[in-house]
Parts: sequence; C-alpha cells; structure tokens
Amino acid sequence: MKMIVAIVQPNKLNKIKKLLYSNGINRFVISDVYGHSDEDAYIETYRGVEMEVDLQKKTRIQIAVNDDYVDKAVGAILEGGKTGKIGDGKIFVYPIERCYRISTGEEGSSAIGRPKEV
Amino acid sequence: MKFLSIIAGFLISSKLYASEIEILQNNLNTVWTCVAAFMVFFMQAGFALVEMGLTRSKNAINIIMKNLMDFSVGSLLFFTIGYGLMFGETNGFFGTSNFILSGTMGESWDYTFIIFQTVFAATAATIVSGAMAERTVFTSYLLYSIVISGLIYPISGSWAWGSLANGSGWLENLSSGPFIDFAGSTVVHSLGGWLALTGAIMIGPRKGKYGPKGIVRAIPGHNIPMAAIGVFILWFAWFGFNAGSTTTGDLSIGRIAFITNISAVSGSIAAMLCSWVKYRKPDVTMSLNGALAGLVGITAGCANVSALGAIIIGLIAGVLVFSSVILIDTKLKIDDPVGAISVHGICGAWGTLAVGLFGAEKSLGIGNVNTGLFYGGGINQLISQLIGVISFAAWGIITGFILFTIIKKTVGLRVSTDEEYIGLDIEEHGMEAYHESK
Repeated sequence: MKMIVAIVQPNKLNKIKKLLYSNGINRFVISDVYGHSDEDAYIETYRGVEMEVDLQKKTRIQIAVNDDYVDKAVGAILEGGKTGKIGDGKIFVYPIERCYRISTGEEGSSAIGRPKEV
Repeated sequence: MKFLSIIAGFLISSKLYASEIEILQNNLNTVWTCVAAFMVFFMQAGFALVEMGLTRSKNAINIIMKNLMDFSVGSLLFFTIGYGLMFGETNGFFGTSNFILSGTMGESWDYTFIIFQTVFAATAATIVSGAMAERTVFTSYLLYSIVISGLIYPISGSWAWGSLANGSGWLENLSSGPFIDFAGSTVVHSLGGWLALTGAIMIGPRKGKYGPKGIVRAIPGHNIPMAAIGVFILWFAWFGFNAGSTTTGDLSIGRIAFITNISAVSGSIAAMLCSWVKYRKPDVTMSLNGALAGLVGITAGCANVSALGAIIIGLIAGVLVFSSVILIDTKLKIDDPVGAISVHGICGAWGTLAVGLFGAEKSLGIGNVNTGLFYGGGINQLISQLIGVISFAAWGIITGFILFTIIKKTVGLRVSTDEEYIGLDIEEHGMEAYHESK
C-alpha cells in the first residue's frame, strides 16, 4: 500500500483526473493549497499599493493505492500535469502503515480499493 | 337663463376638476418620494457590501451589525430630535420646533417627508463606518452614530435645507446668493467624508498597514465581487437619492436621473483610465470608486447642470478619487479601507463647488439666470458654494474631533491589538461570518 501525494498546477487537474479514471483509479482527495517554489513571484496592485505574491495557487492530489496501481497513478499525473515549465509541481510516494474503511471496518488492501462492481 | 346655468355648471365642474388634479398631484408626489426613499434605504445594503468586500472576512459580521444598527438607532434619533433640529422653525443655525413630529402629526405629507429625510440621515452616518472599519469598538460605533444622526448631521443640514420644511438656514440667505446643494454632495456626503477623515486619523491605521521605513502594505479585501455588487446597488439607489430630491412627481425626474447617470459613468471611466495608465492594468476597486465619485460629485448640481457639465464633473471626480486615494493611503498614511474620505469628502466638495462653475439653469429652461461661472453667471454662486463647503468641512472636523475625543477618553475608540488580529467578529459578536466544516 502506498500513499501518493502530488502538488500540481490547478488548471491541469481535469486532464489528470481523466487519466486516473482511465487507469481504473477512482478514489482520491483534492485540496486547494498555496506553495512557494522556484517559480517567480509576481506583483499585484491593490488600490494603488503594489504587493508581491510569493505563494502560488496549487492543487494537491492524495491517492492511496495498492502496490500494482502505483506506476499507473504516477504515470497519469506525470503525463497529465506536465507543461514543461517551472512550477508544474512534484509527486511523492510513501508507504502506508495501516488502512481501514470506515463503513465496513475492512482492513488492509481491500480497504484501499477494489475494481467497481459491475 | 339656461345659458347662464350652463356656464355656472361648467365653472363649478372645472373648479372640481382643478382640485382633483391637485389631489392627484399630491398623491403622485407622495408615491414618487416614497419610492425614492425606499431606494435610498437600499443604500444601506450597498454600503454594507462595499465595506465588507473591501475588508477581511474576520470583520464581516461587525460590518453587518454596524450598518444595521446605525440605521436603526439613527431612525429613532432622527425622529425624536434630528428632524426638529434640521427642519423646525429656526434661528438660522438649528431648528427649535417639531421634535417628535410635534405640531405636524396628522399631515400625511410630513410622514412622507420624514421617511425620505431619515434615510438621508442614515446615509451620512454610514459613510464614517467604512473609513474606521476593522478596528473600532462596537459600542463606540453606536455612540458616534447616535451623535451624528441625532445632532451633527441635522444641525448643519438645517443651514442648507431648513426651508424645505419650516426652517430657513443661514446658507440659504447668503448675500452672494443661496447655497445650492440639491441632493447633498456637501450636506450628506462631504460631511460624512470629513467626519470619516477625522475618525480615521484619530483611531490610527490598522495593524500591519504601515511598516517601518515607510513601507505601505496592501490589505486586500476578501470579496471584490461583493464590493462590486454593493457599488451597483448604491448606483441604483442614487437615482432615488438625486431624482427623489425633487419630492415632486414632475418632468424634472427624468432629466435629473439622466444627468446623475452620465456623471457616474464619466467617473468610472476616468478612474479606470487613470489606473490603466499608472499601473498598466484597469483596476477594479479604483473603477468602482470612480463610479461612486461621479455619483457623489453630481449630487449637488444634478438639477442645475447640463449634460456636458455633468460629464466634466464626473470625469474630474474620477481623477480626483484615484489620485486622492493614493495620496491619502501612501503619502498621508491615513488608513481608509474603502476610500470613503476620497469618494465622499473630496468628491463631495468638488461637486458642490462645481455648481458654481456649471450652473446652467437658464440654458436648461428652469430658471431666469445661469448661476455658473462658465455659463456667464459670474463668481457669486461660486463664492456661496465655497462658503458652504468650508463651513461644512469645519463643522465636520471640529464636531468629529470633539466627539471622537470624548469617546476615546471614556469607552475607548479602538479594540485591543489581540482583538484586531483575531477579528472583531469573534471578539465583539461571538461568531464568524463564514463557518467552514463545523
């Protein structure tokens, strides 16, 4: 079991989502975040006063997957999130110690996910 | 004989007809003045939205409470003492009769007139709220709202508008000619602006607004679309404010509404162009302030100036609001989160003086002479306008200084530093505007 956390450009989320779905990954959590990176800060003007905006809007995707889905998920984000410029974001993969599904009390791999029942 | 009776019958019926016309006209006046009053009441919503949108989310509840309660206490105060001070029989400086509508109860027009004047009084008090936002103790706000709508506004209001009812103010009897402020560029807006200036200086800037070594920081408002809707509501209400000040259902309503609008659009265009040239991008809050500047500017002269005059008044108001917001914020370092001092104080003064330049009553077919300097009226009207502007500025600044000093020495004007950081919503009112997952 692995946790994948990706910080991506907000406008790339739709493409990433579609690629995740087509790889059979249907469970993830999205949040709006702000981040500082090598990306240049930019200047906004509010009522005649300039202010430097050094925190950029980003989208964070969290996906918990079984081991055989890690490469598919990472591949989807790499493909869907890429513009080739500074600021495209990063992907982190780390192990999950335990996992439970709250509605059934299931534990382990089956709690992470299974293919959709037809 | 039969012929004579027909003539007599005709005379009687035409007399009846004339009195019915008069009743109809009175009804029309009442309906129009009430509709206009309801529109001006809606300015409370506009002011609340502008002030909330241009400040931080942690103070939104406080702003709602201020706008609700200044109208509530202001209405009662204006009814009990304000109306008498403003429109009672006068010694030239304040009215001394008609308190609690005494002596006039039962006359239906008085009810119409007082609801119209009440919403104006509330507007003057609300202007101050924006300039002192995000740092004023709520109790202190209530106290100064009471004094502004009960005393400060009606006393100076009687100087210029007393004769609309039972009074006759000194500004209406100047030797250079009566002071003209049709709907209140000075009586309402400029007065509110000068009180706002005094209050903003005395309470000091918000924490973090000005750093060491002369750093000026922006404190962005939390909801610009909200502020924009507020400006549109104010604009809508302004048609009632200006065209309603006829308190008469006649043909002048259309002209005044048109003149009002053309100045407002000139103001927003001028402010947008200024920001575009200076900052390379058309700035939204400056453009919104520009529309309000054009509206405040035309309020004094909306019944007296031509379309061309209105456009020039609006354009200059737009430039004035842009430059004075920056001057006040970055050079004078007076923290006015919504630009109330510039919009209401400075553009109100400009609009009032402009009547002495652009008054075109004869050209418009509504008077025997043009009062404006540029329309061959000489300098007399401009002198009257200047006297009015200066006397209201002095009155606003002096009474404001006394009022805010007393409040500062007794209940305190400003919240604690901790409370300012946490937000007035939680500390003053025990709740937040935006509950998230709780």
